[in-house]
Amino acid sequence: MTVPGAYLDYAATAPLRAEALAAMLPLLRRPAANASSQHAPGRAARAAVETAREQVAALVGAHPDEVVFTSGGTEADNLAVKGAVLARPAGARTVVVSAVEHHAVLDAAAWAAQDAGAVVRTAPVDGGGRVRLDALAALPVPGATALVAVMAANNEVGTVQPVAAAAEHAHAAGAPLLCDAVQAAGVPGIDVGRDGIDLAALAAHKLGGPTGVGALVVRRGTGLRPLLHGGGQERGLRSGTLPAAAIAGFGAAAAAALAERAQAGPRLRALRDRLRDGLARAVPGMEVNGDPDGGLPGLLSVRLPGLRNEDVLLLLDRRGVACSAGSACASGAASASHVLLAMGRDEPQARQTLRLSLGHGSAEADVDAAVAAVAHAAGQLAPVRAGSA
Amino acid sequence: MTAAGNPPRRVLVAMSGGVDSSTAAALLVRAGWDVTGVHLKLAGTPAAEQVQGRGCCTLADADDARRVAATLGVPFYVWDLTDRFRQAVVEDFAAEYERGRTPNPCARCNERVKVAGLLERALALGFDALATGHYARVAGGRLLRAADAAKDQSYVLYMLGPAQLAHLELPLGGLAKPEVRALAAELGLRTAAKPESHDVCFIPDGDTAGWLERRLGRRPGTVVDPAGRVLGHHRGAYRYTVGQRRGLGVSAPGPRYVLSIQPATGTVVVGDREQLAIRVVVLERTSSTDGAGLRRGRAAVRLRAHGSEMGCEVRPGPGGRVRLELDEPVGAVAPGQAGVLYDGDVVLGGGTVTATA
Repeated sequence: MTVPGAYLDYAATAPLRAEALAAMLPLLRRPAANASSQHAPGRAARAAVETAREQVAALVGAHPDEVVFTSGGTEADNLAVKGAVLARPAGARTVVVSAVEHHAVLDAAAWAAQDAGAVVRTAPVDGGGRVRLDALAALPVPGATALVAVMAANNEVGTVQPVAAAAEHAHAAGAPLLCDAVQAAGVPGIDVGRDGIDLAALAAHKLGGPTGVGALVVRRGTGLRPLLHGGGQERGLRSGTLPAAAIAGFGAAAAAALAERAQAGPRLRALRDRLRDGLARAVPGMEVNGDPDGGLPGLLSVRLPGLRNEDVLLLLDRRGVACSAGSACASGAASASHVLLAMGRDEPQARQTLRLSLGHGSAEADVDAAVAAVAHAAGQLAPVRAGSA
Repeated sequence: MTAAGNPPRRVLVAMSGGVDSSTAAALLVRAGWDVTGVHLKLAGTPAAEQVQGRGCCTLADADDARRVAATLGVPFYVWDLTDRFRQAVVEDFAAEYERGRTPNPCARCNERVKVAGLLERALALGFDALATGHYARVAGGRLLRAADAAKDQSYVLYMLGPAQLAHLELPLGGLAKPEVRALAAELGLRTAAKPESHDVCFIPDGDTAGWLERRLGRRPGTVVDPAGRVLGHHRGAYRYTVGQRRGLGVSAPGPRYVLSIQPATGTVVVGDREQLAIRVVVLERTSSTDGAGLRRGRAAVRLRAHGSEMGCEVRPGPGGRVRLELDEPVGAVAPGQAGVLYDGDVVLGGGTVTATA
């Protein structure tokens, strides 16, 4: 039943890069080698891990010894939020989050409020999904704030956040800044030194690496308690045998993403603009969510008035075009996105939203196939649309 | 199924994750249809509150349906219809109890969400038909009972009209439940041995009275005999249904039954079995499966999903109301239930019981 078609769901996960596969295969084929073992195969695995650590560090302007490998972005966010809360005494556990953070941050903060005595304060966003700095400035409690979390760019609408300014507000209150950079680490990229980021969450598979591996960049001097205890790997912050092959794939993907960063931005932006203009012609009244000019160059979130995203996605899937409703619940159903609601959209509007995202393998043909499929879907659903208008 | 050269016809199958709809999907694939599965998220019960294996619309059910679709190699989607379900079924369920009636949420769901609502959407999406795992048959544009009388579910589909029946596929209508289980096992469907679900799906613990009390609050009232003598007190009239015998909280020499519920005063009237008997049933919001309206004449009526049937005279009245004069007196007909009319195996149509005499 699989139809060869166009993949426009890079924000969900990107196809594995050839470089990543090439880096992983030797480690998957070779005899068992624990990167902690004191023998030749162990040293070889460890060398691959350390190469990857340097590559990941280079991607975000960190020192290699600041990279803590995790099972992915979710674990990185959880380690940052819970680890920072637990590193502070009771009474100093205020957590400030933007309203559009990923659920890995929001739900970890909610856990900390429920089970670890934290107080969560949420900074609102404007209609474009950008955190309101005036509100954010007032939220951290000086001396009693464990963490401020503002993501680099939103995963649903692509809005790039004022991370450096957020870091200044965090630091003024004596708190570290967590920047979830899962979606933005490739393009436009972050620089932890330049932006004043203390903790940065990364996921390999969004960069074209494998799933199941990510990292939390922990800047020197940032207080953090571990969540996983055991063998004491990753300087005691994340116990567990390192998945050397996956980490090597992560490193190779990071290196490839860094190498192409300068030209990837304009290339993706041109593709996205072509997509946006084509969709606007196909669906009169289409609205762009987020920041129509800035924002992640490869991400386009649109509202198709009168068209339920579940219906459009089915028709697109039938024509081999893969994209997303932006957010999904545990059952897989599209749910009204907390990001769009925070931006002031209502629930019916949120259910008319489609997220199309591009990346390293995207070409004009993919964009054109998506535009044609959306045009077809809009035509098919025209009677429904007329009825709901 | 398809003429040579024509593309296969497209059917959307509502897949609950149970054995019936799983097998229905498999039979359609086998028959050459271009099948797409959809699981409807209806009850908004948070995952953490879901009771394993109880009710429907649990995460496990969505996973089962997804797994079956993968086994069959068909596309599969989960659609969130929690809003529509809450308004059309859940709110209606509570409101009906509040009015002193006993609703049938499955009929309501089929009417507003699961069959009629989904069919409309399927056609808009370019499907030729909608299929479900209901035990009933469609033939010659009419709705018929299932071949397996014990499993027959035509009762909850009575509200469908000709435009809907023309696009409805019910692959299980000619099969008996053991055959369906055997087919499911033969097809390797992992839902083959799954137990039946009988509960109201949005009340996973099965405690309808408790659910209503949380929703409507305590509304104390009296239990009286037909002469108005107070026999006892209760926490809410919605805890009772006409014909109910147990849990009345009154002491009386013989068994007592709920005769009627007066929602305005919260009074529950009880009496003995003979006083329960009625010979006239009035239906409202009636519809007929041929679209021409229910006609005057003889029919058999079923007043409960698993009840027996009896002969009656059908007397259509103004405003879509239909009066049924029963051949024999019957006991315990609760307002709010569906009354469904049959001519042999053919479902003529039906409506909601609004009054009895």
